[in-house]
Amino acid sequence: MKDRLEALKVEAIEKINQSHDLKDLQAVKVAYLGKKGPITEVLKGMGKLSAEERPVIGAYANEVRDSIQLELDKKQTELENAAITEKLAKETIDVSLPGRPVKQGNAHPLTAVVTEIEDLFLSMGFTIAEGPEVETDYYNFEALNLPKGHPARDMQDSFFITEDILLRTQTSPVQARTMEKHEGQGPVKIISPGKVYRRDNDDATHSHQFMQIEGLVVDQNVRLSDLKGVLETFAKKMFGEDRKIRLRPSFFPFTEPSVEMDISCFKCSGKGCSICKQTGWIEILGAGMVHPNVLDMAGFDSKKYTGFAFGMGPERIAMLKYGIDDIRHFYANDIRFLKQFKNA
Amino acid sequence: MLISYNWLKEYVNVEISPSELADKITKSGIEVEMVESLNKGISGVVVGYVQECIQHPNADKLRVCKVDIGQGEVSQIVCGAPNVAEGQKVAVAVPGAVLPGNFKIKKAKLRGEESLGMICSLQELGVDTKLVPKEYSSGIFVMPSDAEPGSDALEYLNLNDHVLELGLTPNRADCLNVLGVAYEVAAILEQDVKLPDTTIATSEEKAEDFISVSIESLEDNPYYGAMIIRDVKIGPSPLWMQNRLMASGIRPINNIVDITNYVLLEYGQPLHAFDYNRLGSKEIVVRRAAEGEKIQTLDDQDRSLKDTHLVITNGKEPIAVAGVMGGATSEVQNDTTNVLLEAAYFASSRVRAASKDLGLRSEASSRYEKGIDRNRVYAAAKRAAGLMAELAGGKVAEGIVEAGKREVNTYSVKMDVSRMNNLLGTTISSEQTSAILDRLGFSYKELDGIFDVVVPTRRPDITIEADLIEEVGRIYGYDRIPTTYLLSEARPGGLTVSQAKRREIRKYLEGAGLYQAVTYALTTPEKSTHFSYTEDAVYPISVAHPMSEERSTLRMSLLPQLLEVLQYNQNRSMEDLAVYEMGSVFINRQEVLNDLPEEYVFVSGAVTGVFNEHLWQGERKAVDFYVLKGILEGLMSELNLSERITYESGEIENMHPGRTAVVKLDGIPVGLVGQLHPALQKELDLKDTYVFELNATSLIDAETEQMVYQTLPRYPSITRDIALVVDQDLPAGDLFTVIQAAGGELLKEVNLFDLYQGEKMEEGKKSLAFSLKYFDPERTLTDEEVVTAHNRVLKSLEEHFGAQLRK
Repeated sequence: MKDRLEALKVEAIEKINQSHDLKDLQAVKVAYLGKKGPITEVLKGMGKLSAEERPVIGAYANEVRDSIQLELDKKQTELENAAITEKLAKETIDVSLPGRPVKQGNAHPLTAVVTEIEDLFLSMGFTIAEGPEVETDYYNFEALNLPKGHPARDMQDSFFITEDILLRTQTSPVQARTMEKHEGQGPVKIISPGKVYRRDNDDATHSHQFMQIEGLVVDQNVRLSDLKGVLETFAKKMFGEDRKIRLRPSFFPFTEPSVEMDISCFKCSGKGCSICKQTGWIEILGAGMVHPNVLDMAGFDSKKYTGFAFGMGPERIAMLKYGIDDIRHFYANDIRFLKQFKNA
Repeated sequence: MLISYNWLKEYVNVEISPSELADKITKSGIEVEMVESLNKGISGVVVGYVQECIQHPNADKLRVCKVDIGQGEVSQIVCGAPNVAEGQKVAVAVPGAVLPGNFKIKKAKLRGEESLGMICSLQELGVDTKLVPKEYSSGIFVMPSDAEPGSDALEYLNLNDHVLELGLTPNRADCLNVLGVAYEVAAILEQDVKLPDTTIATSEEKAEDFISVSIESLEDNPYYGAMIIRDVKIGPSPLWMQNRLMASGIRPINNIVDITNYVLLEYGQPLHAFDYNRLGSKEIVVRRAAEGEKIQTLDDQDRSLKDTHLVITNGKEPIAVAGVMGGATSEVQNDTTNVLLEAAYFASSRVRAASKDLGLRSEASSRYEKGIDRNRVYAAAKRAAGLMAELAGGKVAEGIVEAGKREVNTYSVKMDVSRMNNLLGTTISSEQTSAILDRLGFSYKELDGIFDVVVPTRRPDITIEADLIEEVGRIYGYDRIPTTYLLSEARPGGLTVSQAKRREIRKYLEGAGLYQAVTYALTTPEKSTHFSYTEDAVYPISVAHPMSEERSTLRMSLLPQLLEVLQYNQNRSMEDLAVYEMGSVFINRQEVLNDLPEEYVFVSGAVTGVFNEHLWQGERKAVDFYVLKGILEGLMSELNLSERITYESGEIENMHPGRTAVVKLDGIPVGLVGQLHPALQKELDLKDTYVFELNATSLIDAETEQMVYQTLPRYPSITRDIALVVDQDLPAGDLFTVIQAAGGELLKEVNLFDLYQGEKMEEGKKSLAFSLKYFDPERTLTDEEVVTAHNRVLKSLEEHFGAQLRK
């Protein structure tokens, strides 16, 4: 009987190993371990055995059954894995094919530059002030120490609508309006970005519409050296930590003293190249200490308060930063141009 | 302003190179825009003496010259200039010489005759044609007879000089002359200024015997002086003077005119020379022109004057427009012998008025407009009269005949050194301040750090303490000012709600696939009114003096310009475009613009061509109404306004009548979305184009509630689908409204999941399928409750629209 069981075990394991799929395996299982299978048959015939033989054969039969079961399980896992592998192989895709594009636009380069500058000044505790693009002569000129007939008005030929209303030629009227709102109480700490308009023929370096960002700080004890500190921070953040700045005396009607700020050329680091016109320096912005007349007109006591102001052109900064050669690109909105500023 | 480096050195000791000087001037406050070498790459040009000049045997227009080029060497040179002649001293480029443009001179044969070099015109030596004296403008330049053959011709022609181009700000009109720049340079280099000699020998005759001067209004003309110079001989001015004029951008004419221009450049004082014999009287009367009065100016133009213009008259008629241009009748000519020299101070407002009205801007008028040194008028007159005696053989009659006040008193300005240091952030001492004021040539008194500074009349720009602080600061050096940080208390910066929302809108639209455009606010009058959806009367706003019709009127919509962007790109073969812009529009409801117009921030988009594309998976979908509406719906959700926004079909000019919705916020129009009218598309040569425009100001200003967290559902929801058959033209939006209303509290979500209109439907009908989700956050719904609510919905749909369940 034992021989019979041994033969069955060998036979079953051989069948198991010959199974090619789960269905074959199931058949083997039913054939050998099922209720009508040979092992069950053997176990049914146990009654004919002697009392001594019975537990020995019984234990052996169980052992055979277990080892067949073990082989079955092993084979089952093996076949299942093979099935999965086969299925996955069939599911394989070409991962090198292009993905489904996600529609994504981006900001205009001028907006990108303005936003970058805004964020920089916001982080220094400035707020953003805004005002109308159609302005009165008073805020655009007179409140900024540019009375009618002042020669400096020639510097900016204006689009007048009526005698007293014009398209603002600078964002400085926002400064005048902001100071007025403060009613003589400091501190004022703002930047004012926006569009401005001047009667210029559009060409590679001129545009009748362009952007400006101006800044204004009014408080007690504001010094030219503080302006230098703020501008240096700005220059390093915008154009790189290695930048040096240089202040040159200049003239603006609403500041006295007035300065222009140059940065050391970021292309040649001061050796002289075409970007800095061989000077090693690039002109970036105009600034100065707020003219006492401007403070007084806006209701600040110029004996108590001082302040500084600065103004820059985002177009110029974008042109320098990205190497753009023609200001008209900003306003033509060629999609091939706009798309280049995804990471700006 | 062009400043000759060599000329400047006559008044101030300069031991550094032109470029070093330029750098120092720039750092101290006047921007030197360019340093130009007058030698534009020339070498090997020497003075030659034309010993012989004969006709070329084989060419009518050529001459064969024997030219002594120094050290006894005589070269044969073929020359084509019409004015070459025996006995001339000329500039010769010898073989091996280089002319501007790297033009190398070689030995050559011209029509069989050997030529060892070239006799040069000034143009060939790099001088601008419009500066070359007229007599030499189409030939070679003839040098003075004392020029030494063989010596460097560039020295004679001052072509080794450098010119500094100053970019002067309006406050520094004092540097519109060489002397003014000399004061500036003297301050920078700590040197003294050497003034020109203005002592003159006068004749026995007295000027007052020849002329009388009167002024009608001292306000228009505070001072007028006239000098008489007799027996002058008109001829060319000496070469040194011509060279300096040319270096300064002025063409030499004759000695008398050149002298007035020379002194203008030297002192900044405009002067005018009249031909005394042609004055037509013995008096000068300065008055306002009569309205419509005529004068022929010396450019031979007939001019009609206004009563805001000031004229110089001979007592009867105008002989010059004051400070702008002389008259033709009294112009100095070749036969002029007696000269009346005018040195005057005219009010800048008069000069500006005439210069502007007549369209005449001259070296003189621009200086009067910007302001000249009152107290230098007389010195300049003497300087010019002296030169006329020296260089034109004139006899200067004694005295100056004048009206008005020759000089004005100076004023002083106080400056406190401690205030200066507070403003600059410096620690400049009183001693350092004194030293700087000395360098600037300002006189002063000082007591305990308070300076009382007398402002020289050449610097009328200095009127307040801050002006003096700037003067001291800039000479001290801005590079020596320390870098400090603001002492003021730290306050939080940050965006306003409106600014933050505008950024959010931009980011959202970019995330939705639109590129941001920035266009011009000025457009044509016609386009300015396009796409208006307001009912009110609005008036276009045009600028008074536009550069062109294209850019004359302020926009009321961003769309016309965005459509131009599409056109621009389509013309460059880019068909699939999606752009948006955020910018101001200007609405004027006043017939006459007295107050500022209303300004709103609009946000608008324009999309054409394929919007979604994934080619190898067969996806390629052109933009349609629902693409843009979807973008707007997402935007409204972003702004927390979804519940308050409706889209109602509407007719708007230039928009497709059947494919346009007016966007309303709380029932008030705030924008539009839809397809462009096919007629406009055709006119603009655009493919199917969809646009939207929203008044961002209205959307941003709409009060929204603070967002509140909703408990996550703990109980299951129950979903019921219905398919309805309704009339074809019934808007789906109406069904949504009714379903929502009838469903009540429990109905939390309604989604349209199918729309069918086609052959399987009865004529004039369509089918819409909705999925309705019921749920109560507090408990599990019973079937009964859902059935009740759902039946209410069905009943209401039937009552309102006769909607039937689709079988």
